Amino acid sequence: MFKIITREMLTPNICKMVVEAPRIAKAALPGQFLIVRSDEKGERIPLTISDYDREAGTVTIVTQLIGASSAAIIAKEEGEFFSDVVGPLGNPSAFVHESEEELKCRRYIFIAGGVGTAPVYPQAKWLHDRGVAVDVIIGARNKDLFIYTDEIGSACDNLYLCTDDGSAGFHGVGTACLEKLVAEGKQYTHAVAIGPMIMMKFATLTCKKLGIPEDVSLNMLMVDGTGMCGACRVTVAGKTRFACVDGPEFNGYDVDFDEAMRRLGQYKSEEEEAMNKIGR
Amino acid sequence: MAERIPRVPVREQDPKVRAHNFEEVCYGYNLEEATTEATRCLHCKNPRCVASCPVGIKIPEFIAKVKEGDIAGAAAIIAEDSSLPAVCGRVCPQESQCEGSCILGVKGEPIAIGKLERFVADHTAASEPAKAAGKATCGGKKVAVIGSGPAGLACASDLAKAGYDVTIFEALHKAGGVLEYGIPEFRLPKDTVLKREIQAVKDLGVKIETDVIIGRTVTIDSLIDEEGYEAVFVGTGAGLPKFMGIPGENLNGVFSANEFLTRNNLMKAFREDYLTPIHAGKKCCVVGGGNVAMDAARTALRLGADTTIIYRRTEVELPARKEEVHHAKEEGIEFNMLTNPVEILGDEKGWVRAVRCIRMELGEPDESGRRSPVPVPCSEFEIPTETVIMALGTAPNPLIVNTTSGLEATRRGGISADGEGRTTREGIFAGGDAVTGAATVILAMGAGRKAAKAIDEYLKTK
Ligand SMILES: Cc1cc2nc3c(=O)[nH]c(=O)nc-3n(C[C@H](O)[C@H](O)[C@H](O)COP(=O)(O)OP(=O)(O)OC[C@H]3O[C@@H](n4cnc5c(N)ncnc54)[C@H](O)[C@@H]3O)c2cc1C
Ligand SMILES: Cc1cc2nc3c(=O)[nH]c(=O)nc-3n(C[C@H](O)[C@H](O)[C@H](O)COP(=O)(O)OP(=O)(O)OC[C@H]3O[C@@H](n4cnc5c(N)ncnc54)[C@H](O)[C@@H]3O)c2cc1C
Ligand code: SF4
Ligand code: SF4
Ligand code: FES
Repeated sequence: MFKIITREMLTPNICKMVVEAPRIAKAALPGQFLIVRSDEKGERIPLTISDYDREAGTVTIVTQLIGASSAAIIAKEEGEFFSDVVGPLGNPSAFVHESEEELKCRRYIFIAGGVGTAPVYPQAKWLHDRGVAVDVIIGARNKDLFIYTDEIGSACDNLYLCTDDGSAGFHGVGTACLEKLVAEGKQYTHAVAIGPMIMMKFATLTCKKLGIPEDVSLNMLMVDGTGMCGACRVTVAGKTRFACVDGPEFNGYDVDFDEAMRRLGQYKSEEEEAMNKIGR
Repeated sequence: MAERIPRVPVREQDPKVRAHNFEEVCYGYNLEEATTEATRCLHCKNPRCVASCPVGIKIPEFIAKVKEGDIAGAAAIIAEDSSLPAVCGRVCPQESQCEGSCILGVKGEPIAIGKLERFVADHTAASEPAKAAGKATCGGKKVAVIGSGPAGLACASDLAKAGYDVTIFEALHKAGGVLEYGIPEFRLPKDTVLKREIQAVKDLGVKIETDVIIGRTVTIDSLIDEEGYEAVFVGTGAGLPKFMGIPGENLNGVFSANEFLTRNNLMKAFREDYLTPIHAGKKCCVVGGGNVAMDAARTALRLGADTTIIYRRTEVELPARKEEVHHAKEEGIEFNMLTNPVEILGDEKGWVRAVRCIRMELGEPDESGRRSPVPVPCSEFEIPTETVIMALGTAPNPLIVNTTSGLEATRRGGISADGEGRTTREGIFAGGDAVTGAATVILAMGAGRKAAKAIDEYLKTK
């Protein structure tokens, strides 16, 4: 059993929780995820580790309400327990294994969308703490839907906000903002895009156009998260890879996004039934 | 002559009824049936059955106790060699092991050894609580067991009985390995049979820590260096699914048997009140001919799909247990033999619509003496289907080898270990599917027990 230490709604449907999981907190690195099962009858739900505190023995998760199982996670109160939290899963971001020498001359740009903003935080922080140049673009539909702006603001050199409706920051999507920054003379050696699959697809197209190498974090459907089932299959550079053990981060240029999006929709009708089952 | 009594048939759920539920197919013997069956045994002086049981259960001796009606006595005899009799009695491929060698099988029907073993286990389970752990003769030295499948459970039990302080680390949220996530309810009931056998291991004092992935959550090196474990047994199984590498395999509606079975068994997708979804469709094709294929097919059938097995050799070569093939046929699974998929075809939305297959014929025997299938030219045809389940076998997960210093792998990806489970690194032992690749429950259990012995010797002389 894993205790929920704090719980806070960041927007009407995004919830941040700090969870007691000392073993995971000790081992976690940026880019990794964990799997939560809310209770005996719940699904195994993959969520990115949005922060970790090795001393306190806690990890932070940020969950968006999507279907029945994310609802069950969010429904938990402070002081209650998840029956299972397992991790850290997947490979840490590539830069974690690179030397300071190698990182010194890099200039990173993160493009974050929606709930994908939270996973950017540990990565930006890791680089920023080591003196690597980091800029972050956060996109949201409108100004009320931003999350993690304070945290990320303190973990990067420049933070750019964009809204689809122009209610705050740059008026337009994150990729348009990136193009504008580059046109203004900003130079980036590496990009990382995390957000909805469709956004990562377009971010990849933009990065290709601008010639910036780019990584994406794929949120495929998963069951075990340990390489045992293949539910998370995705085609990368023409080869089938398992996102949970070979990823979750891949070179965006190589990802077959159309297949990935199609595979994400695999349980749509079953999910609607599940929502009906729990009477929502 | 004893042969004149026919083998006592075992009662089973009606195939028409069981095709729609997940309750156990086989009801097993009652006391009267078991004692009658036991009277058929010749109690051979040189019992061939024992030589063919991978753990050497003293079969004539336990059957003699059953005949006398001393079921607890029978259980004690079995317990000397097996820690999971209720499981093995149900899932061992008896026809190629104990029963396959029974002398009575030469002229007639062999003794139903598996069914008797299962009866003994089920009958005693209710009445007799597990024996207390043997008292600490080893100063309670700490041993870590990785993986809670049959290999890990058997190793942990023996070590606990020898007085060690044993903790099992399991990656999933439930213990049991393939017994929990792979083999379905209708062959091995979880809440009754499996839970009971795992409880028996816990009653010996074994601790089970679930949700811990060794190599990710914590490494073997840190278990040894920081947490004070003096020996480690690796029983992580062979869980990685194989795919064929044919076009269309990533279409929606194509699953590995592991995914399909895990959703259904571990996550209980077949039950209305559990949230994990599963999709069998109205028509399902299962590729493969082993136990895994049979389990996937019979699960899809129970979820309402009209199910076909596609296998590239003939019925004689089917590697599945005979009983499972027989049950699958009774339940209405169709078998498409000498057939091999070459492509999976999708509709405009990216969902499976058909499997394109080619007919096969058996060619000349190869070095192993097995006739390998070769495609018949120009024989391609399509089988319309909504889902495809790939049951092509599994391979060991490289995680442990990759994250543990000094541990070497075999060329086939297993952990390199000798017959007693000693790996290339002192203090680390391994056994079961993690070493051999996908095999059987009883072999994994046997390997776990041998390693327990080797660990005991190692820690006593260390
Ligand atoms: C490595 C990884 C990291 C993730 N990190 C986070 C995170 O930090 N925060 C967060 O909120 N979510 C994250 N996700 C996504 C999260 O797991 C899904 O949103 C969740 O599984 C949805 O479950 P549900 O039962 O509520 O929705 P469901 O009822 O399962 O699904 C509702 C609908 O959403 C679609 N869907 C299901 N799973 C996903 C998915 N993985 N991505 C997109 N759509 C999906 C389904 O097709 C379905 O139509 C991550 C996923 C992965 C694989
Ligand atoms: C569907 C199916 C049907 C089968 N039917 C039969 C049958 O009828 N008869 C028969 O004899 N055999 C059958 N088998 C084969 C048999 O189940 C296996 O040979 C046996 O379970 C192997 O036991 P094991 O202990 O080596 O590994 P497993 O049972 O695979 O257990 C390994 C355990 O280790 C855990 N693990 C893996 N990696 C880690 C890690 N890094 N950290 C922590 N834990 C980890 C896994 O989650 C798993 O729980 C079947 C197999 C399948 C898949
Ligand atoms: S363990 Fe298996 S092989 Fe041995 S006697 Fe029992 S059923 Fe037969
Ligand atoms: S070989 Fe058959 S008859 Fe002989 S002891 Fe074994 S079970 Fe009994
Ligand atoms: S989630 Fe099962 S293999 Fe990736």
